[in-house]
Amino acid sequence: MAGSAEADDARAAAGVIDSGRGARADVEHAHRGGGADRKSDGGGQGGPGGGVFDRLRSRVAGFDKRLIWFVGPTVVVLAAVIGYPVVRAAYMSFQQDKGLDPDTGMFVQGGFAGLSNYKTWLLGDCGGGAWSCVPGTLGHDFWPAVGITFFFAVITVSVETVLGIWMATVMGRSFLGRSLLRAAVLIPWAIPTAVTAKLWAFIFAPDGIANKIIGQPIAWTTDPWASRFAVIIADVWKTTPFMALLILAGLQMIPNELYEAARVDGATAWQRFTRITLPLVKPALMVAVLFRTMDALRMYDLPAILTGDSGASPTTTMSILVTADMRQGNFNSASALSTLVFIIIFIVAFILVKFLGANAVRTQDEQRKGGAL
Amino acid sequence: MAGRHRAPDEDAGMDAESQGPGGASGGGVRVAERPQEPSPVPATHRRPWWPAVRTYLGVAVILVWGLAPFYWMVIVAFRERSHTYDTTPWPTNLTLQNFSDALDTSSGNNFLSAIVNSLIIGGVTTVIALLIGIFTAYALARMEFRGKFLLTGVILGAAMFPPVALVTPLFQLFGDIGWIGQYQALIIPNISFVLPLTIYTLTSFLSDLPWELEEAARVDGATRLQAFRMVLLPLAAPALFTTAILAFIFTWNEYMLASQLSNESTRPVTVAIALFHGPNSFTIPYAAIMAAGTLVTIPLVIMVLIFQRRIVSGLTAGGVKS
Repeated sequence: MAGSAEADDARAAAGVIDSGRGARADVEHAHRGGGADRKSDGGGQGGPGGGVFDRLRSRVAGFDKRLIWFVGPTVVVLAAVIGYPVVRAAYMSFQQDKGLDPDTGMFVQGGFAGLSNYKTWLLGDCGGGAWSCVPGTLGHDFWPAVGITFFFAVITVSVETVLGIWMATVMGRSFLGRSLLRAAVLIPWAIPTAVTAKLWAFIFAPDGIANKIIGQPIAWTTDPWASRFAVIIADVWKTTPFMALLILAGLQMIPNELYEAARVDGATAWQRFTRITLPLVKPALMVAVLFRTMDALRMYDLPAILTGDSGASPTTTMSILVTADMRQGNFNSASALSTLVFIIIFIVAFILVKFLGANAVRTQDEQRKGGAL
Repeated sequence: MAGRHRAPDEDAGMDAESQGPGGASGGGVRVAERPQEPSPVPATHRRPWWPAVRTYLGVAVILVWGLAPFYWMVIVAFRERSHTYDTTPWPTNLTLQNFSDALDTSSGNNFLSAIVNSLIIGGVTTVIALLIGIFTAYALARMEFRGKFLLTGVILGAAMFPPVALVTPLFQLFGDIGWIGQYQALIIPNISFVLPLTIYTLTSFLSDLPWELEEAARVDGATRLQAFRMVLLPLAAPALFTTAILAFIFTWNEYMLASQLSNESTRPVTVAIALFHGPNSFTIPYAAIMAAGTLVTIPLVIMVLIFQRRIVSGLTAGGVKS
């Protein structure tokens, strides 16, 4: 999924705007519709769609029955494949993994664990109090993984944004073979991330072209910082063109006349960029940043394949840590970890939507009415 | 300064970019070419050569950026194994040996069956996601109903969802019901991942289609479903096609869930390439891996080159519309 997420970005980016646009009317609907809507559409209950809709039908007079056929399958699929597993993971996270009981030396089946799985991750508590997890245990790797994930997200999204704006301004000019260039920049995006990772692993191999160009034997896949930068370089290569296309689409909404007027008034290229381009492209940019950030926070394929998917790798992200824990057979603590990852990403998404998304929607709205100019 | 121009400019911009017959065909409208109009500033006031040079320099940098690593993969894939680490930037010592190595099953890599698996998983996922998505997209684009905002939010949330939160419970669930090693264990989660994409792309295309034809059909006595099937669906065919390409590419590229929920018999290409190994564990068979990567990528690259405009318009549709 991580590899395939870019498009969700774009698609969901559309959603931010669309939902924002429709928000006013629909919020009123939702309010009047009351709790029934909330329960039925929220997913997560994992119940069969029919029951949910029966309730909805009895509650809402004049309900359009065709909606069941139009919207029902989507709700059922999302509830079954996303809602149900999330609930199940939350339940599993409060169970004990089976294993040797340190007190008795006996193999035990598990049972209710309370918050001990969460304590292992958050406090590094492997049974001997806070920070008792020693190097080599996964509990030791939680905070480093969180740190690396956020480090990747901040660096890659910043670099991709700056480079993406530059690429978009170049691609927005008129020159021969414009559409050819657009096709060319889609290629990094279309290559599966797994292939991208292998390709860059080859480029960064000890005898690979990167070291030959630099003329120095850098251990790109084993040295901690070199491997982190290898991941960042590969991710920036893969995603920047896509970001540029999103920004370009925003750029092309800006009427040419504005630039001409500015030119007549004697504005320099830099002034035109900072006074016209940046403010007007901001909504599209914010949405792109929002979804790139979400994407970077769930990064998995690239570091896992490029530099290894063990918990102790210097490029272990939160997602990699979950599967590393799963591979050791710790399904319940892995569930606690995945629940934590979910909560962390949800919080970040909430904050970003609040500061970027909402702002983007408002700016877009103002722009439409002409208020932003 | 802008106040004078504001309203007409906005309208002109929107008309040029997002309306017109192209909308109905679902073609590349939004990122359409906008011919640069001649500047009102007399040419003598500008340096005539520097902007053009700067543009083409930028174009060259972007081209190299996008193509160089990919080019390197293809070159190495066609190069004799003993020359894998050569630094010559043009094709030399060409051979097809690496491709037959990549498809060779004797060292335990079953790449051909992985390609078949990916085709099955991608094809079925795309078809089902489109079938489900078109109806929901229709409802979002054309019908007013309670909870519409909420539904949009749920779908948006699903698009932003971290798939890793599903791995553990799905692994246990599919293990319990004996689905590991079955195609549906990969197809069903993939459907839920491409559904948001499908719905958003189709919704934005459907909202661009003119209402009037459908209305006319209904005035003539067609039911809503008939109008949908006989009027809207043929009009939406290009949009469906675009969405299908996108959905297929995403399913083809999915790695994380596949790496946990597949086994030898259902392994898709992404996992197969990550697990690709040589006859021994001392050397990584990069030549064969690059050949395998080329095999996996070439169909996508061809699709991207042919349908470039559709793909770009599909990806950016709605995202930046005002």
